[in-house]
Amino acid sequence: MINKTAIYVLWLREMKRFLRAKSRVIGTLAMPLFFLAFLGLGFGNMNIPGMGKVDYIHFLVPGIVGMGMLFTSMFSGISVLWDREFGFLKEIMVAPVNRVSIVIGRIAGGATTSVLQGILILGISVLMGFKITNISALLFSIVFMLLISCTFIGLGLIFASKMRDIQGFQLIMQFIVFPLFFLSGALFPLENLPVWLRHISSIDPLTYGVDGLRGVLIGISYFSIGFDFLVLAGFSILMVFLGAYFFEKSESV
Amino acid sequence: MVAIKVENLVKKFNGFVAIDYISFEVKKGELFGLLGPNGAGKTTTINILSTLLKQTSGYAEVAGYDISKDKNNVRKSIGIVFQEPALDNKLTGKENLEFHAMMYGMGKEERRRRIKEVLELVELRDKGDVLVENYSGGMKRRLEIARGLIHRPKVLFLDEPTLGLDAQTRRHIWEYIKKLNKEEGVTIILTTHYMEEADFLCDRIAIIDHGKIIAMDTPERLKDKLGGDIITFEVEKDSDKFMNEINKLDFVKSVKKHNSKLTIMVEQGEKRIPELIDMAQKNGVKVKSVSLHKPSLEDVFLHFTGKTIREQEAGQKERVRKSMRRFGR
Repeated sequence: MINKTAIYVLWLREMKRFLRAKSRVIGTLAMPLFFLAFLGLGFGNMNIPGMGKVDYIHFLVPGIVGMGMLFTSMFSGISVLWDREFGFLKEIMVAPVNRVSIVIGRIAGGATTSVLQGILILGISVLMGFKITNISALLFSIVFMLLISCTFIGLGLIFASKMRDIQGFQLIMQFIVFPLFFLSGALFPLENLPVWLRHISSIDPLTYGVDGLRGVLIGISYFSIGFDFLVLAGFSILMVFLGAYFFEKSESV
Repeated sequence: MVAIKVENLVKKFNGFVAIDYISFEVKKGELFGLLGPNGAGKTTTINILSTLLKQTSGYAEVAGYDISKDKNNVRKSIGIVFQEPALDNKLTGKENLEFHAMMYGMGKEERRRRIKEVLELVELRDKGDVLVENYSGGMKRRLEIARGLIHRPKVLFLDEPTLGLDAQTRRHIWEYIKKLNKEEGVTIILTTHYMEEADFLCDRIAIIDHGKIIAMDTPERLKDKLGGDIITFEVEKDSDKFMNEINKLDFVKSVKKHNSKLTIMVEQGEKRIPELIDMAQKNGVKVKSVSLHKPSLEDVFLHFTGKTIREQEAGQKERVRKSMRRFGR
């Protein structure tokens, strides 16, 4: 049923494209880094209630890593539309490979490139003064990055399957991606939100991603790390399943 | 041996009938052409036979496999070159071929050998390591033909293989196609709206218009059906009486009027021209020009549809646009 060669070659294609598109990598890294630099410096000395004893830059870094994951993963899922636009999707769909393997290959490729970018953001944050206490924190953070990535690639695939062309891409950025980002508590403690807004935050998968990353990287979190992990794992399984389902239903021409 | 069997195939898009009960068979090793204007349903037929689209109703078989029930075996047996490029521009030519070969489950050694072979076949061996975004249109087309062949398909689909290419490249591609069909014995089904392409390449042609097959035979026999020679008179207006007169002549097989042109089908045309010009003068019709030629597929198309393929295309575009607008796509 699962075609390993096909998954590998689809993954390999993503890697090659990623390594060749230097401007795209720089482009997607730039925004998180600007957020990190300007918000980190601007609010650095401010005493924000609900943050505990850490300084703002340490509070912010896991949020920005989560933001990077969200943007690159959604983009990766929606990039199926680009393949449709340039005709390459037909080449994939006419091959004797079952659709599940195609979706897995796609997610494997997208998740790898997203996590690589997350690690890059983390690395640059260290240069800016962020301290990682131990190596296991790093490993656990990669687990959370992977889960965030799978969740949003799945969501991206759903949108890609429902859209005919890339015209709607901006709308999704404005009305889905940015709200998901702001509601996740990436920039401020969730405690500071009014209760009704906190309810909305609780259905945002990124909330658990960012909270989990904060838990493993700086040791403070709103929920427990285990709870974050379970909820996020549930979201990622659901989204991957739905993404694969809608992708299979959509027509490639 | 039958390579492709199509029975009463129908495809509707939101009520718009793209394919209207078509049936045909392609024999093994045959080079079969679907000829018709843009929007006639050729690409839709190819997309259904290659499992990319589901038919609304009807039955079809490719290489002995049912296209609805046995998709994977159909996919294994076919190669396809799409109308629009379907290459990854950010990969090199070789990487595109490698991707394809791996998707079709070919082993490492075989992959290496076949990629070399097909690159040589289409004369791209020294361009294999160049990114496809730097290829010309003709090179992309050749690379796609090479890709369609790597896994040794039994049936090769070519959807408008020379669309948008210059005359020289077109000739080249025609030669590749002939060579493939003769030397490798691949069954080829191609779509085209170029008459001379269908005439030059195909063993058999189905003329398709408005989603229906209106004629199907070898190019020679299609042309023979029109019989003898075609004399075209370009005349000034008021030629109706003249037309009726010549229609009564027993050596005239048929007369059709199209704009200011009269197309007259006769035997031994060169001997009949003086007689016809005499008649025109008696009827007071001024003949501006006369031409004599053997029937071409263009004449066949005009004969069956009453329109030239170019006019038909203009009409089709309008029809498709209207239906798109109606369904808000």
